[in-house]
Parts: sequence; structure tokens; C-alpha cells
Amino acid sequence: MRIVLGEGSCGIAAGAGKLRNALEALITEQDSFTLGSTGCIGMCFLEPIVDLYEGRMLKRRLVRVSPDDAPAILEAVRTGDLSLVDSITISAEDEEFLTKQTRIALRHCGLIDPTSLDDYRESDGYQALKKVLTSMTPEEVIEEIKISGLAGRGGAGFPTWFKWNAARQSAGENKYLICNADEGDPGAFMDRAVIESDPHSLIEGMLIGAYAIGASEMIVYVRAEYPLAIVHLEEAIRQAKEANLLGEHILGTDFSCDMRIKAGAGAFVCGEETALIESLEGKRGMPRLKPPFPAQRGYMDEPSNINNVETFANVAWILNNGGAAFAAMGTENSKGTKVFALTGKIRKGGLVEIPMGKTLRDVIYGIGGGIRGDKKFKAVQMGGPSGGCIPQSLLDTVIDYKALAATGAIMGSGGMVVMDEDTCMVGMAKFFLDFTALESCGKCVHCRIGTKRMQEILTRIVEGEGKDGDIELLEELCTAVKDGALCGLGQTAPNPVLTTIRYFRDEYEAHIYDKKCPTKECPALRAYSIDADKCRGCTLCARNCPAKAISGEVKKPHTIDPALCIRCDQCRSACRFDAIIIE
Amino acid sequence: MGSTKQAPQSDFTLLENVLSEYAGIPGSLIAILQKAQDIYGYLPRDVMHHIAGRIGVPPAEVVGVATFYSQFRLTPIGKYLIMSCQGTACHVNASERVSAAVASYLNIKHGETTEDGLFTLEHVACLGCCSLAPVIMINGEAYGNLTPESAIAVLKDIQAKEAAK
Repeated sequence: MRIVLGEGSCGIAAGAGKLRNALEALITEQDSFTLGSTGCIGMCFLEPIVDLYEGRMLKRRLVRVSPDDAPAILEAVRTGDLSLVDSITISAEDEEFLTKQTRIALRHCGLIDPTSLDDYRESDGYQALKKVLTSMTPEEVIEEIKISGLAGRGGAGFPTWFKWNAARQSAGENKYLICNADEGDPGAFMDRAVIESDPHSLIEGMLIGAYAIGASEMIVYVRAEYPLAIVHLEEAIRQAKEANLLGEHILGTDFSCDMRIKAGAGAFVCGEETALIESLEGKRGMPRLKPPFPAQRGYMDEPSNINNVETFANVAWILNNGGAAFAAMGTENSKGTKVFALTGKIRKGGLVEIPMGKTLRDVIYGIGGGIRGDKKFKAVQMGGPSGGCIPQSLLDTVIDYKALAATGAIMGSGGMVVMDEDTCMVGMAKFFLDFTALESCGKCVHCRIGTKRMQEILTRIVEGEGKDGDIELLEELCTAVKDGALCGLGQTAPNPVLTTIRYFRDEYEAHIYDKKCPTKECPALRAYSIDADKCRGCTLCARNCPAKAISGEVKKPHTIDPALCIRCDQCRSACRFDAIIIE
Repeated sequence: MGSTKQAPQSDFTLLENVLSEYAGIPGSLIAILQKAQDIYGYLPRDVMHHIAGRIGVPPAEVVGVATFYSQFRLTPIGKYLIMSCQGTACHVNASERVSAAVASYLNIKHGETTEDGLFTLEHVACLGCCSLAPVIMINGEAYGNLTPESAIAVLKDIQAKEAAK
């Protein structure tokens, strides 16, 4: 039997490292089983996860495992009596989180050891590359991708075959194939999971792309915030070089191609392809004018093609199973599957891969189990700072590039942040404008100054200083920034504001005209008082109040002086009787 | 530098291997700065000038790149670097209260270092551990599902460990 620990970044953050130490300390020389490692299975809400395998068969999946469970796990494995771990075995309901998914890009995640080339090879790894290099022309590869209907998974949804074809037909000495792994949307972690958990599928997908466009070098631009992904990819590249899967005369053919990693240095705008190229060249990551497009003159002024991690992760599957099998899934203009990072106020957060054409409700309620606690669903944010908030009334929108764009949001790279009735939508818009105003590279006036002015207006609204006409002024600025910005970051920066005004205008009005935050989330608009019936006069709130705004005698109800109260919320955190009222 | 105090000169010999590794490779400035930061803990001004001279670009270009990317720091950091995640999932799960509690407990603002040199507090873009929101990362180790109280408990543990040394 094998014990396999889920050791992706989330698993480690949830305590997989301490669990490994506990298990290793108890394993003796007499034990015949091994302790293995795998990446992210995507069931983040159940981490840390331990799988018990007999050969290739999964016998048990143990969830929310603590180091204290280590003795029971080892006893179960030694004796073969798996009933010893019944209490930490995954429930049938939670298993549906995976069984309801269709996994292509994530097909190996959480199943193989990401640091083992043998594991990847045993799961059909590098079969597609072999087939491509020995039996297909580059044109045939591009045709197969065209049949599949694969479109860019970074967010824009541009047809992959078209970009490959344009790069193939460009004349140039050296061509470059670049992978955009600068997953900067807050709330998205699909690409991190793929690189951490299945780095060889990225290498294989890229090699096939490099063959198709005629590239001699491949570069992966990874965020510096993803250290484990970089370590796993470096190891995979080393293994691939050793196995003649990278370098000169790959698999004995005439095709030669090398690969290297470039660690980003932290700038959201570098997810934009021309800014990414500038950054690769060692400069400030500021977008270039297009044309010339990267396919004509990109990195080092040579023809370059840039795709996202998830896009590449689909490629080997498409070549193995045929473009038609991929195109059989989805809607008329969105083919295949899409991975989403489901987070926020959701019961079951994690990675969800489903065929296009399913609805948002299928993902949030069908797989994610709905809202945490007994709160009501309010909105789902898709596409990060470039996307928007989709309200309850549009939950049956299908997952399709066009249908999502019609809501004012975008498919985006796959972040899906669920919000409940306690989330202030004006605060949400301000959160994203704080982000884009900070991340604007400064090249275009409209984006640099426009986002700053929008941020200021939103700040005054949440602080109770909003004025009549602010909503209209925001809308005007949104249009100006959309029209006046050069790159995708600026053009889409107004989306979070526009969608929240469109669907939650009443919340803006409540802030501006009634000086009230309907969710009570905005501190400046809260009024604190004490419920005299619940207060026991324990004095804890008064002792915690930094403004000395609370007074009262011991064992008698206390009161808050609104003139002194700074709305820091410390009294509410301190109160053990739920006596602090916020209005 | 605004201060009249002369900053101690950095030891450039530490950087020699890096500069020769990238000598003549165009577009290596970011990689050189990353390695320099690994060596010195931050990017001292004289080091940036030294790099500019060696790779043959104006110092303004080096400083321009260093100030563009959030990874680069122009001041020294504390022994423990606290990265407070500002991602959407953390925001929705009340990360402000956690970062405010950390800031008030340590009595520093984000970007600052405590007087004893133990902690530096930084706000960072999404760390990608969204299911564990709100998250902070201290010297590479992630702490998830935090409350203001549990975050301060983590800091107190570190302080106790350091005091025992």
C-alpha cells in the first residue's frame, strides 16, 4: 500500500508539512509501504488530504487530516483494516465535488507525483509529442487545434490556432514560444495548480506549440509569488532535458527546442502580452502599441507566440483524443472545458473544471454546495479586476465567452469569487479600483489618472462623503478610461465599477443619499450601540475600547458615546454576549 | 538620499559571480536585480549604481526597473517578512481586519519595519491560497483561515521564540 499526501501550496498551508513530519516520525524500518507525494487535487476545502493506494487503485481518500491522525493511518495501512480511518474518510457528498467535473487541463492534478517523469509517462505522458513529431506536419497540428476550437484560457478567448498560424507564417530567424504564467488576477490559482501538480503537461503542450510555429526556444514567465511552481517546473525541465524531450533532436527527430523559466518581479500589467515581452527583455513592463503584433515582432523583435498555462495544458489531450472530441463539449462558440478557482463565501472552495455550456448555478450550487453558513447569495465576481459582478438574477447564465461578456463581466482566467449578503458592492468596486490604480503602469493618461480619480470618488462614497452626481461622474470616467487606454488592463479596469452600478445601483444610492451601507461593511457608515438587555456589564468592551467611548458601571448595561466612537469594531470582537449592535 | 548620514558602502564583491554570469546577455537586468536582492536582502542605492555601470546603462534605467516591480525593496527588511494577502477572496473574508490587527499590534504601517528589526509588514497581491482566506505568509510559510486574534497569536509565538534565543 502507498500513502500519498497532497502537497500543493494550499495543502502545505493547510498543514500537509506537519502531517508529513508526524507520519515520517512513526514509520519504522519494518514498514513495507511508501510515503508519496502528489500535487493539488483541487478540493481545497478538505485539505490536508491523504490518499491510500493499492497499486494504482485509490482505496481511501482521507480528508481534513491532522497530525494527530497519523497513528491511526499507519495502523490502518499496516493491518489493512481501513475501518480504523472511517472517521476521516471523505463523505459521499464531498466526493461529488470531483465526480461532477470533467477534467482535461487538470487531468493529472492530484493523481501523479509532479516531480516524477515516470508517473507522467505512465499516464500517457509525451505520447502526443511523439505522435506529432513522428507523424504530423506543423500545418496538421494547427489544423487539429483549429478543429478543437481551443481558445485562449487567459481570458480574452482568442482562437489558439489563429495565433499559432500567424506566428508560423511570420518570417524570422528565431521564433519564440512564450507561456504566460503571470497569473495576476486576485482570486485565481488554476495556473499555479497546473504547474505545481503537472508540470510535464505544460512542457508537452508547449513543445507541440513550438513545433507548430517553428520556435527554437520556449520561455515560461512565472509569477515570483509561486515559488513551489517554479521549483517543480525547474525539476521537470531538468528531467525532460535528460530524457531528450528538450534540447537537440528531440526523440531522435530533426526538431530541436530549448526551454527556460523567467521569474516575474510582481506587476499585474505584465499579464498583458506586450508588457510581458518588455519585462522578458529586462525593462519596465509597459505595453507596446499594436501593430506590430507579437506574432510579427515580439520578444527581441522576433516572431513570438504567447499562450496561457491552461491553454497549453489542453494541447496534449487534444492531440491524443482528436480535436473533434474536444469540440464535442461546450457551446457553439466556446468549446471544451474551463477551469475555475471557486472561492469566497462558498461552502466547498477549490478547482472546478467543467464543460463550457454549464451554468454558473451548476458550478456554485451543483459543485460548490452553495453559500457558507445560512447567508444569501448576492453576486459572483468573475475575471478579477478586468471582470465584473454577476447578480443572483443571472445565475443561469451559461459559461460561454459571449454569454458572460453580455453580463458585463468576462470569462476571464477563471477566478470565481462568491459573495454573500454581507459583502458591500461599492466596497467591492473600490477594492478593485484600489488594485488597478496601484497597478496601472502609467503609460496612458486615461488609465493612470482616470483610475485614480475613480478610486477617490469611490473612497468618498464609502466614507459617507458621496455627492449627488457621483454615479454619473463615475460612468463618464469609465467610458473615458475604456476609450483612452492602450492595453487590456486599462480598457477593462472600469468593468467592476460598471457592473456594480448596473446591478447594485441601490447600494450606491444608499451610501450617497442615505449615508448608509446596507451591508454594514463600511466602517465609516456604521453606528455602534449596546443592547441593554444583552449586556451583562462585564466591562470587557470598555477595557478594549481604544477611544474610551464606552462607559458604565460594573454589572450594569454600558453605553457607547457616538461622538467618541471610532468604529474600530474592537468592542464587538471582545463582547461575549453578542450585545453590540451595528446600524 | 535625504539623510545626511553616510550609508555604509555595500560589498560589491558579493555580486561579482552574478554580474559575470549575465555579462553580455541582453535583457538580464531583472534577473540581476533579483539575485542582488537575494544577496543584500534589498537593493541598496550604491548596488544599483554599480550594476548600471557594469552593464552599461544609465542608473536611472536600473532604478526605473527597480521601482516598477513590487518585488524589489529599496530599504532593508526585518528578520520576519509578513506578507499580508490583498486578494479578492481574502478581501471578501475580512482580511482588512486581520492586517489592521497585525499593523496595530506591531505598531507599524504596511511597508514598514519594527524598531527591533524583527518584523516587516508588506501588502502583497494574491498569494493564490484563496481557499484558506484570509491568508498571511511569514518567511514563506502560509497561515490561513485567520482571525485578528489568531494572527496576533502567530506573531506572539515568533516573539516568544526569538526572546528565548
